[in-house]
Amino acid sequence: MPTASPAVEIDGLVMAYGDKVAVDGLSLEVARGSVTAVLGPNGAGKTTTLETCEGYRVPQRGTVRVLGLDPQRDRAALLPRIGVMLQAGGAWSGVRAVEMLEHMASLHALPLDTEMLVERLGLGDCGRTPYRRLSGGQKQRLGLAIALVGRPELVFVDEPTAGMDPQARRTTWELLEEIRADGVTVVLTTHHMDEAEHLADRIHIIDRGRVITSGTPAELTRGGRSATIRLVVNRPFPEGAPESLRAELGPETEVRQLDEVSMLIHGPADSTTLGRVSRWCEEHGVLPQTLNLGQRTLEDVFLELTGRELAS
Amino acid sequence: MSPRTFAPAPGGASLRRMVLAQSRMEARLMLRNGEQLLLAIVIPVIVLVGGVAAAGRIGIDLDGHRAVDILTPGVLALAVMSTAFTSVAISTGFERRYGVIKLLGASPLPRHGLLLGKVLALLNVVALQLVVLVVVGLLLGWEPTLDAPARTVLGVVLAVALGTAAFAALGLFVAGALRAEATLALANLVYLLLMAGGGVVLPTSTYGAASTVIQWLPSGALGEAMRTALVEAGVDGRSLLVLAAWAALGTLLTARTFRWE
Repeated sequence: MPTASPAVEIDGLVMAYGDKVAVDGLSLEVARGSVTAVLGPNGAGKTTTLETCEGYRVPQRGTVRVLGLDPQRDRAALLPRIGVMLQAGGAWSGVRAVEMLEHMASLHALPLDTEMLVERLGLGDCGRTPYRRLSGGQKQRLGLAIALVGRPELVFVDEPTAGMDPQARRTTWELLEEIRADGVTVVLTTHHMDEAEHLADRIHIIDRGRVITSGTPAELTRGGRSATIRLVVNRPFPEGAPESLRAELGPETEVRQLDEVSMLIHGPADSTTLGRVSRWCEEHGVLPQTLNLGQRTLEDVFLELTGRELAS
Repeated sequence: MSPRTFAPAPGGASLRRMVLAQSRMEARLMLRNGEQLLLAIVIPVIVLVGGVAAAGRIGIDLDGHRAVDILTPGVLALAVMSTAFTSVAISTGFERRYGVIKLLGASPLPRHGLLLGKVLALLNVVALQLVVLVVVGLLLGWEPTLDAPARTVLGVVLAVALGTAAFAALGLFVAGALRAEATLALANLVYLLLMAGGGVVLPTSTYGAASTVIQWLPSGALGEAMRTALVEAGVDGRSLLVLAAWAALGTLLTARTFRWE
């Protein structure tokens, strides 16, 4: 697609609530036609950044351009061109799901076929259900349908799969991939690294209101000093196994027991670690059936950059 | 699946279409909501039927008129107040709480379109209420004055329009400034207090010394303007001015304080 200007351009954005700084000099760009994930822990400033792009908040410092427009000054020109999925709410409590979608469709000149959206998002069963009785996942799917119904050029989706079961999550991912293929730019926030890895062309990891690293999923997970090792053994681990294994491997390693025969080990990605794990197994009378050096994940990237865990 | 189902083709509908859609939606939701319907229709009907029955049993009349002729205009005023003030305040308060106003704020519907839609919905519901209550009044033997029908119609139209404007502006002020629960409580409390002592249903003159205050309240002014039009075939200029002043004050307060989220 020919690109006059990036879909989103944020330069040096600062947003504070009282003396709490939510966004602290954040800069990023979103190319047209891409899926961009803004990944970070809760409270990192993701929603505030999105809401500034959507025209809800006035930048306190820095500039924000969306489709080349100023979300404040050019609000009336911008709003019909973007789709917004809020993190929560957005509908009357007594409105029926399909009625709400049809209402939002009626505010647009050339809306999508609402029946098609209802079918694609599996909202048929709850079409006549009042909003307040929808499940969390149904509300999320309705929110996504509302964001898409006006055939926007650019959609902002805030935590699109929060509260969804795995199947709905998969359906949502497929839909987001399809709208990207059809030429819609997608900006999504998430704190699920697998979601960002699966969907995004480009990921911006943000923490404490700043972009700490950006790149394609492959760029971000290439190389690195640590990895996750998955260990499955032939019989239950003895009592106190995680602590004893951790003592063997050293303080920079983390060990988490998943069930009685498997553990996740997070630590240096080298053969010394693997050797020590096998020796420990031998000493404790268990036989490794899987000893798997996993690929570096975004979780590892985040941990290395901040010293903290991403997922809550 | 056709190719490029989601190909971008953005654009808002015309303002007229958006406002009509918004007003239809809001009116539908108002009439679907049980509590709001209670306020809009059931309570005014009970007040009217009960008031006329009680007056008939005790055999009183009001200012030398039959009770039904005085009470019906008052109940019409009550209906305007219930919808324009209480329903608007409560529904708008919860729209803020549930993020409806936020979501619409990112849609092509501009804020003035949202307000226009609200006003239209409100006028539709008020019209429906008035039709129902006029029928109930006529069934109870109500005989509005026919001395000067043109002046009566003018007086009623002005009273309903200015009364709706005044109460809706005040309702939006409350909804925009307070939390949804506080709005719910306050809007209902104010409604009950004004219904009982605000000069809506009963003429302000029946309140004795308090009447000098009550006639300056929006409730008293609306009640008096309706009674003047429907009992005496007059246009009550002073009450209409009072309503206009309340409308201006409410609009000013709302514009200064309303928070969309």
